[in-house]
Amino acid sequence: MSDFPLVFERSAPGRRAARPPVTEGPGMAELLGEDALRADPPRLPEVSELDLVRHYTQLAHRQFSIDGNFYPLGSCTMKYNPKLHEDAADRFLDLHPYQDPDHAQGVLALLHGLQGDLATITGMDAISLQPAAGAHGELTGILMIRAYHEANGEGEQRRVVICPDGAHGTNPATASMAGYDVVEVPTGPDGEVDIDAFEAALGPDTAAVMLTNPNTLGIFERRILRMAEAAHAVGAQLYYDGANLNAVVGRARPGDMGFDVVHLNLHKTFTTPHGGGGPGTGPVGVKAHLAPYLPVPLVKREGDRFVLDAERPRSIGRMRSFYGNVGNLVRAYAYIRTLGAEGLRRVSSMAVLNANYLRMKMKEAGFTIAFDRINMHEFVAQPPAGLRTLDIAKALLDHGVHPMTVYFPLIVKEAMMVEPTETESLETLDAYAAILAEVLQRAQDDPEYLAGAPRHTPVRRLDETTAARKPVLRHGFAPG
Amino acid sequence: MKIPQELRFAASHEWATEPADGIVTVGISDFAQDQLGDVVFVELPDVGRTLAAGEAAAVVESVKTASDIYAPLAGEVVEVNGALLDAPEAINTDAYGEGWLFRLRVTDPEAWGGMLDADAYAAVAEEG
Repeated sequence: MSDFPLVFERSAPGRRAARPPVTEGPGMAELLGEDALRADPPRLPEVSELDLVRHYTQLAHRQFSIDGNFYPLGSCTMKYNPKLHEDAADRFLDLHPYQDPDHAQGVLALLHGLQGDLATITGMDAISLQPAAGAHGELTGILMIRAYHEANGEGEQRRVVICPDGAHGTNPATASMAGYDVVEVPTGPDGEVDIDAFEAALGPDTAAVMLTNPNTLGIFERRILRMAEAAHAVGAQLYYDGANLNAVVGRARPGDMGFDVVHLNLHKTFTTPHGGGGPGTGPVGVKAHLAPYLPVPLVKREGDRFVLDAERPRSIGRMRSFYGNVGNLVRAYAYIRTLGAEGLRRVSSMAVLNANYLRMKMKEAGFTIAFDRINMHEFVAQPPAGLRTLDIAKALLDHGVHPMTVYFPLIVKEAMMVEPTETESLETLDAYAAILAEVLQRAQDDPEYLAGAPRHTPVRRLDETTAARKPVLRHGFAPG
Repeated sequence: MKIPQELRFAASHEWATEPADGIVTVGISDFAQDQLGDVVFVELPDVGRTLAAGEAAAVVESVKTASDIYAPLAGEVVEVNGALLDAPEAINTDAYGEGWLFRLRVTDPEAWGGMLDADAYAAVAEEG
């Protein structure tokens, strides 16, 4: 794949893709007023239609997506997004958010159904579909916890949010955004939260504990019930980061583990598209004692009608315009209804089986596994001593597969976090393992091999340091 | 890996000079900069800020990760290395010199003696 010019570099003065007809009637100056017109036209690329088509076609060929290749990005759950969902979402395209709810009963029924399904799946009492992404859901959840403590007269007293040292970076960031101090607790030698340190960190100043289960090492926190009990004993609320729900969906529920708030990443577990810059979706679920604080509006059933309920005086308010990313909510509902309870159980079973299979294959290939034990939907590997994860990731690009997540979680040196998901076949997993084994073998035979990778991508090793230190954020036309 | 004998270290990889008139200079070790990789951004504490020992004082961001830098001793920030804002690479090229982060007027100059000496820190870095 060779490089190609930017559309600005293809520009030639006077070249046009289309020439609109000259219209009769009043001109722009007459319609808008002379002072509304700019003195000089904007400098836009001037290209022919064919140049423009080639520009976008070539860009499209650059796209790396799950539809093209294996994409085992740990923590991201890059599973296949069934095409049927696109058809379902298309059916709702012509709705307008200002439409009278009486004329939008269909979509409201769907949203109400999704609220109910997500409540059942998570073991929660009420759901808001509003947040636009996982981190947005986190902020919504923590703001509700803050409102709850304030309503109990404990707003001043509870200043701390506890996060494990392996937490997704969004957890401490969320706590900080909501005005809390973050206390970090370490991971023990078994890959689970150090229970003694955890219990010692809890106190009357604890507002919330943020956990994901399984954690970012892909390991299930077996002491979760004890942790929940300890957190509740000091009056803290337990927050479930739903990023890893794919490991347990249909089999274990955060609500049953003792969590008070949960966010879900519909773009992970529930197959709405992601990774291409499109919208995420991060619904939040709460237990009954927090339900009054949910953002408004909620979809409510009144007899045989569905209404938007905004009369909720203790609500933290609106977290997003309108009703969330409805197109993705339709896709997620289609997914849940297509699979049903049995299908969702198979999702988590296969996700866990695939990840454990790939863990064993990577061990065979010569990688080390951090906290090597039965994992859930993902695991964290390390390269042999002396090799750097970044170099191996670059070499994988030459084989047309996406690297795993690198350098996360921070508690594992040279971390390679692998999440194959349930939608990949045995053959795909074997092929990835074979590529990894080949890369490792070549790295050991030829010290230059990794340093020179990638060799076959449109651009080779990027100078990330200079890009970060001296970013060039504007691109102009070709000289002349 | 350089570990100067005249400095003292924290297990979280900061170094501090011996107090002179109650003031110590703080930076991160050569081992720490090597683990971080190329540093691209530094956030420094405000001058005048009072720090507890072990409190997050600065942030060093590399192409790989962003890390909190902790105050190795309690004290008040009296000076920061503003040159790092434009040239953070000094942390990579000269971790114990041009790459210094901030200076503290320490609450208890005696506490410096309780930090890790070069040999003890070498053992910590060995374990990673």
